[in-house]
Amino acid sequence: MPEASPTLYLLAGALLFAIGFHSLLVQPHVLRRVMALNVMGVGVFLLFAALAARTRGETPDPVPHAMVLTGIVVSVCATGLALALAHRLEAAEEEEREDESAGDGRQARAEHEETDR
Amino acid sequence: MTARADRGHGRASRVAVGALALGLLAALSWAVLSLPGSFDGLTGPALGRLSESGVTNPVTAVLLNYRAYDTLLELAVLLLAIAGVWALRRGDWPAGDLHGRPLVISLLRIALPLLTLTAGYLLWIGAFAPGGAFQGGAMLGAAALLALLSGRAVCARRHTGALRAGLVLGVLVFAGAAGGAAALTGEILRYPPGDADVWILGIEAAAIVSIGLTLGALYLGGRPGDRHA
Amino acid sequence: MSLTWAMALLVLAPLAAAALSFALPAIGRWLALATVAAVGSAVVRVAELVLGGGVQVHRVGGWSAPLGINLRADGLAVLMLAITAIVGGVVTLYTPAYLAANRSSPGQRQRFWSPFLLLWTALDALFLSSDIFNLYVTLELLALAAVTLVALVGKRPALEAAMRYLFVSLAASLLYLLGVGLVYGQYATLDLALLAERSATGGPTLWVAASVMSGGLLAKAALFPMHFWLPPAHANAPAPVSALLSSLVVKGSFYILLRLWFEGFSGLMTPAAAQLFGALGAAAILWGSLNALLAPRLKRLVAYSTVAQLGYLFLLVPLAAGPGDGFTAWSGGLIFLGAHACAKAAMFLSAGNMLHAAGNDRIRDLDGVTHVLPLSAFSFGLSGMSLVGLPPSGGFAGKWLLLRAAIARGQWWWVATLLVGSLLAAAYVIRVLLHAFTRVEAPARHRPVPRVMEWTALGLAALAAGLGFAASGSATLLRVGAPWPPAGVGRG
Repeated sequence: MPEASPTLYLLAGALLFAIGFHSLLVQPHVLRRVMALNVMGVGVFLLFAALAARTRGETPDPVPHAMVLTGIVVSVCATGLALALAHRLEAAEEEEREDESAGDGRQARAEHEETDR
Repeated sequence: MTARADRGHGRASRVAVGALALGLLAALSWAVLSLPGSFDGLTGPALGRLSESGVTNPVTAVLLNYRAYDTLLELAVLLLAIAGVWALRRGDWPAGDLHGRPLVISLLRIALPLLTLTAGYLLWIGAFAPGGAFQGGAMLGAAALLALLSGRAVCARRHTGALRAGLVLGVLVFAGAAGGAAALTGEILRYPPGDADVWILGIEAAAIVSIGLTLGALYLGGRPGDRHA
Repeated sequence: MSLTWAMALLVLAPLAAAALSFALPAIGRWLALATVAAVGSAVVRVAELVLGGGVQVHRVGGWSAPLGINLRADGLAVLMLAITAIVGGVVTLYTPAYLAANRSSPGQRQRFWSPFLLLWTALDALFLSSDIFNLYVTLELLALAAVTLVALVGKRPALEAAMRYLFVSLAASLLYLLGVGLVYGQYATLDLALLAERSATGGPTLWVAASVMSGGLLAKAALFPMHFWLPPAHANAPAPVSALLSSLVVKGSFYILLRLWFEGFSGLMTPAAAQLFGALGAAAILWGSLNALLAPRLKRLVAYSTVAQLGYLFLLVPLAAGPGDGFTAWSGGLIFLGAHACAKAAMFLSAGNMLHAAGNDRIRDLDGVTHVLPLSAFSFGLSGMSLVGLPPSGGFAGKWLLLRAAIARGQWWWVATLLVGSLLAAAYVIRVLLHAFTRVEAPARHRPVPRVMEWTALGLAALAAGLGFAASGSATLLRVGAPWPPAGVGRG
């Protein structure tokens, strides 16, 4: 069975990265941006895996594989933190909207923006 | 989750971003096609010194011996993720209700022990074949998720102290090993010759616990306790 | 203490303390204080070894590069580790009082320490590392810790700023990682020293890799025009966090850029590239200073000042690169970096004090604050001195050296930039002080500020103001391991 050359996967990785990058800049929704970052990450990992497949012998290069493993874990951590932050941001926005409708035109809110708390 | 259109994207800026992405793709493709066709990288040195590394799986050798320092910092990132998520908010406990759902109960009875066992197997086999602490940790994380989703993990609410201990175990053991190795051999994370396999297994055993708990706790999305925990 | 132990302590002490303060939150503050002591002594020891014995290299795990990871301590690394320890120590003293004064819950106060100590771990690991993938992991640790700290006690503006910061940071890290992959795929090594040798030939892969890595790092270092995330993040974060961000976190990626362009990829440093960095730096100085002049709120003014001051750092590139001895500009820029770290941190801490007393941070509402907080106003003034570049401050020493380098190289446009920048800095500093020193009957509703907060800010500001005296000592330190005589002279 003919194997696809690693170059194809290298280009695929670059393509995924570019797609993710574009989405990150264009999409307004927080969740989609997080997904865009994940797609960028996957693109990089695919590139690394393809780098590892170019060895002359049977065994692929273990160093890029290890880098991908590390990268995946870091990516998961970043996603987890991003989602928690997004949740908290949404809760804060909810609170603000309630404050607005509750006490109309409360100047105090403008005062407290950027105040240390 | 509400959509947030913070910057109205005019047509001009969309075109600009598209051009930027295309340019990036072009540059990357050019770079990638200029790479040498066949390329061993560090395969030679990695395989050549495998006998000293204490394991026979080259990826594990890289992760836990040659470049163990990266893995140590990676565990630090895991700790930071959970510390950050817990600092940011309280967790959302899924409302698991298993009354009248015997299929789920049967699934859990089989799946949870199997997942745990497979995790242990992956931990052991990682020295000789694909596997290791991270892979096993992912299995444990999956088990934790099943438990959370079915409401079986509520004990974490009461035993937060034990949970915290489990979450930091990996980092503490790894850092301790780094220092201990320095004391014994004069170089950070240089395992005493001949004992590398034992040190690696010990570090991975602590790491697998932390990784599994971290993945489960990240799903919870916040600190678990009722009072400030 | 041997080199091994000193380096081990620098990274492992904050890391272990972070883990323990997560497991046992109640003792977080004490663990942090212990870390200050441990890391402080380790930095002193490494400095001794470097001054006495030259560049120190440690092969982690006993594996030499390219298979293993090397830790390297030279003059530059020691300087960065030292300012990290100083600012970290001051923040450790300042923060408990700050959080208590701002009525944070005990839980919130305890949750500060673990991310803070992990930030410290990331910085120490970053400054010691000589491996570009290892640097990626430290960059991620740094970014995530910084974002967590920004969002820790924040309301919506802080959370929004943190989210934007996170997205920019993560995208930038991935760009960097992409470059790392390309470099490895071409040269089969991740070690900076080996890269310097192997990359002399250049080629398209190296150019693309250098571009994407630099793009990511410049965004993290908030160089114009990638600076947009910084003012909201630094302005809305709690005062001690703003201090950490402005003085240390943004310097981390700048440090990596220096290592790449002056060591790893030194063959790529063409005069055009060098002037481009300088031009962006000049734009940053002008844009940042103008916005600082116009900012209605104090912390935003200080944040824009950071954007401007970071521009100065990039001025060192065209003045140090290329044939000839660039050490004057190199040491000037780095002394300026060290002084800025102390001064900006002190400025944010004093601003935090004034904000706390007045209840909001609108500059025109700061009238008469000197009567209530003479120490903090004085600290603000002292830090301003260093930012403007008045002797004997560290800022003066740095700018003086940069001026000399610019004159020596005949690059008069940088002379003009430096002078205009100083004038603008004076303008925005005086703007704040004018309000602070206005004679007004003591305004109502000033909250008391704990002594510790004032004294720590003052101490740091005094250090920045007197750092000029340490300039020649710093230069001696920076000579160790500096890239002169240059290994790879600029092409073209």
